[in-house]
Amino acid sequence: MDELEKSLQARPEQILYANILEKGMLFGLILVLVTYVIYLTGLLKPYIPLQEVPGCWHMSVDKYLDHCQMHAGWAWLGMVGYGDFINFIGIALLAGVTVICFLAIVPVLWRQNDKLYALFALLEAVILGVAASGILGAGGH
Amino acid sequence: MTRSAKPALIVGACLLAFLLMDHPVLAEAAGTAGQTSSQYPWWLWPVLLLVVTFVMGVAAVLGGVGGGVLFVPIISGFFPFHLDFVRGAGLLVALAGALAAGPGLLKMNLASLRLAMPVALIASTFSIVGAMIGLALPTKYVQIALGVTILGICALMLTAKKSELPDVPRADRLSSVLGIYGVYQEATTGQIIDWKIHRTWQGLLLFVAIGIMAGMFGLGAGWANVPVLNLLMGAPLKISVATSKFLLSITDTSAAWIYMNNGCVIPLIVVPSLVGIMLGSFVGVRLLKVAKPTLVRWVVIGMLAFAGLKALQKGIFG
Repeated sequence: MDELEKSLQARPEQILYANILEKGMLFGLILVLVTYVIYLTGLLKPYIPLQEVPGCWHMSVDKYLDHCQMHAGWAWLGMVGYGDFINFIGIALLAGVTVICFLAIVPVLWRQNDKLYALFALLEAVILGVAASGILGAGGH
Repeated sequence: MTRSAKPALIVGACLLAFLLMDHPVLAEAAGTAGQTSSQYPWWLWPVLLLVVTFVMGVAAVLGGVGGGVLFVPIISGFFPFHLDFVRGAGLLVALAGALAAGPGLLKMNLASLRLAMPVALIASTFSIVGAMIGLALPTKYVQIALGVTILGICALMLTAKKSELPDVPRADRLSSVLGIYGVYQEATTGQIIDWKIHRTWQGLLLFVAIGIMAGMFGLGAGWANVPVLNLLMGAPLKISVATSKFLLSITDTSAAWIYMNNGCVIPLIVVPSLVGIMLGSFVGVRLLKVAKPTLVRWVVIGMLAFAGLKALQKGIFG
């Protein structure tokens, strides 16, 4: 019976992954909501005034960036002092928590001598890291 | 439900969508985008988004689909936002839903990390490729392809069968090497179910296409993940649904970064959508007890069909 109960439980790396994901997701969501309130209430002045945003969002992204004189990639980090760009902190956390989860389970899998899955986890973290890094550009329309 | 009632419901849902389209703000905005949207106060748009995505969240839960698959065609069809920003927001909406559900599903051992990891490696790599293709292609071609894909999803929803416990006589060599198997207890019957999979490489190959479509259109890909995991690879339905939901948190992450890094995220669009879908999902789960999911599913299929046709029309006629 003990053996059966054990087999019904999630494996240690799965539990670790879930715990980190849960904390990261909650923290990210709270951050998204708090920064959005800061944005809407004007506690921090936005880079693009709120009333001007509807005049921009029908443009393609290239025209939008050009029109608003903004840069793509991680340039937002240098603009988090603005009410609109502060929102990117929570969004980036939501999009980044999975990388942390995969990196965290690598040592657990390695200790279990599950080297193939440790490699998978590492590879996944690298793939997501490359996507996040911004080194993969995309062509304009 | 009778055979004659189903088409009637689809027509009804389309009429509902037409009525939505008839709303003066949305109708004008969908037609003349930028000029019109800036005539209205800025706060109208996040409020409208919140309301529409809330309804979408309810419908998604009751209709058994992901929020992302409803979000992109409907918002791009009826709101004045460029498809680039709708796809960026769609991925973040699907990602938030998957992140919220993921921890619970993993802890309950319904989502299998062992099954998800090899699949995620392929799907996330190709969702990056899809996102890059989607951002490089002219919008009208993406819009046409989106319309065709959405109509294909409708066909899939109308025809695909599900198998609670597919018959997998023996695990194939690849899944054995990867150690993809598990045990779970069916809560409704108490039955202990040992599961394993087969046709692994064929399934992995299909995730190349699924990844590309998820990244290209900004759709969550649960509509494609579940049939492949369940019908082709033979994972039990509950394991397939849970693993698919968790898988979206990885696939959508990679594509979302590409859209973010290309500037396709406008907080005024993303945050109300995210909150609306999540609140709608909470209410939808509670309504599940009293609603008739089959009926809602037909309404969802009708809404999707209309949104797919709308995307086609926008792509072809501008």
